[in-house]
Amino acid sequence: MSSVLYDTPGPRAKRRNVIFSVVFFVLLALLVWWMWQKMDEKDQLTSALWKPFIESQAWTTYLLPGLANTLKAAALAMVIALPLGAVFGIARLSDHRWVRGAAGTVVEFFRSIPVLLLMLFANELYANSTGVSSEDRPLYAVVTGLVLYNASVLAEVVRAGILSLPRGQTEAAYAIGLRKGQTMSSILLPQAVTAMLPAIVSQLVVIVKDTALGGVMIGFTELLNSRGTLAANYANVVPSFIVVAAMFILLNFILTSFASWLERRLRRSKRSTGAVLAAEEIEEINPGAVFGGFGTGAEGGGRI
Amino acid sequence: MFDFLEGYDVLGAFWMTVKLTALSAVGSLIWGTLLAGMRVSPVPLMRGFATVYVNIVRNIPLTVIILFSSLGLADVFGMTLGAEDFKVQGFRLAVLGLIAYTAAFVCEAIRSGINTVPLGQAEAARAIGLSFSQTLTLIVLPQAFRSVIGPLANVLIALTKNTTVAAAIGVAEAAYLMKSMIENEAQTLLIGAVFAFGFVVLTLPTGLILGWFSKRLAVKR
Repeated sequence: MSSVLYDTPGPRAKRRNVIFSVVFFVLLALLVWWMWQKMDEKDQLTSALWKPFIESQAWTTYLLPGLANTLKAAALAMVIALPLGAVFGIARLSDHRWVRGAAGTVVEFFRSIPVLLLMLFANELYANSTGVSSEDRPLYAVVTGLVLYNASVLAEVVRAGILSLPRGQTEAAYAIGLRKGQTMSSILLPQAVTAMLPAIVSQLVVIVKDTALGGVMIGFTELLNSRGTLAANYANVVPSFIVVAAMFILLNFILTSFASWLERRLRRSKRSTGAVLAAEEIEEINPGAVFGGFGTGAEGGGRI
Repeated sequence: MFDFLEGYDVLGAFWMTVKLTALSAVGSLIWGTLLAGMRVSPVPLMRGFATVYVNIVRNIPLTVIILFSSLGLADVFGMTLGAEDFKVQGFRLAVLGLIAYTAAFVCEAIRSGINTVPLGQAEAARAIGLSFSQTLTLIVLPQAFRSVIGPLANVLIALTKNTTVAAAIGVAEAAYLMKSMIENEAQTLLIGAVFAFGFVVLTLPTGLILGWFSKRLAVKR
């Protein structure tokens, strides 16, 4: 086993590695033991605090409804943001300078603002000037914030997807007499969507994580918010955090695994001539600067 | 038109955002680099630890981490981080949470940078007898850093935006002030515009300047 940085270890290197392993293991064990000790000291390991999680009531009353709301908001945001992102992504590639400029400004604007501000703003706007009932308002506000931000991120994904296609695709489409709109809708977009699918699924992870913001700041009863109610009921703050974090990890792990499975599958099947875009690759392809000027796509966060 | 700004310390709130960003950026750069070093090290246990850390932390919402640092670490375990004041404590806990979260992304960025260094470089380093840590710190990391300024700039911008999550534990930064302002004042749109403008001012130059640097400093191959 060798990598860029080291050879297959010889006898001396093997010995050294073993020593490092042992030292690191001891340090790690000490850390775990210290954390365990701390947990015990504060009575966080008593079975009473953990028991609710093996009974059905905590799940049916708090965690599962919370999870359902998280998924609902994430799914809604994705379904709305995707077509919106596609429109803006295509608009950024327009031949008309003003369409390009306007779409670019909107996308860059919403990418540079924190999602939390968008949610807070939407929440207040709905409260003041619309008839949305106060029960629905948090969901609406969360979805609005997520849509505005993620549509602009997805716009970049769509643009990268279209740009990743070989130029010959467009040329061939023009050569057989298709118009610009036809080329986009029947040649470029279907191939781009295939190339982008893994990146789009990965973006779902970001959306799922961001729903938690709505739970804390505007009272949307998603998973993290339900944790608060649960902990207030059973007085198990630390265990509830651990369980909820584990639920988020599991959910996002499933999404990430699905994305990479999809990517492998698409790479293998070769239905499109373009490359398949993984989430990490978007950043590098994305020329991103405002009005297509300088910069290397250093604006706006990717999958974070 | 902007008289509603009177009585609110908008600049102070943004200064808090900048302080959160700067401290967390430095901290996560250090911790993230250490993690990246572990992730590529020849010791399987270190590699495993770093991989598990990155994959776990990346998938937990930052809000959960920040909230846990306040409700769990501080309230239950009594971790005050040497702060007597509740406000100072919130600030330090937020920085801790932001470092723990952002370091995972810094680690991934640096690791991708390490992969851009040609194999021959490391082979040559080993051929002249450098050890793993010498190869890493003298040959590979300096080149890797120069090629990951772009991705790191993305992480920094995301971090700037992520500092708003600190509002969840009462740190008086921009999002926290905006929340109380739009609840108390009538000019929702104007207030939103002011804060949006503030974040555009914070993030846009970062992207442009670091984008320029990343082009200038990238190792030409």
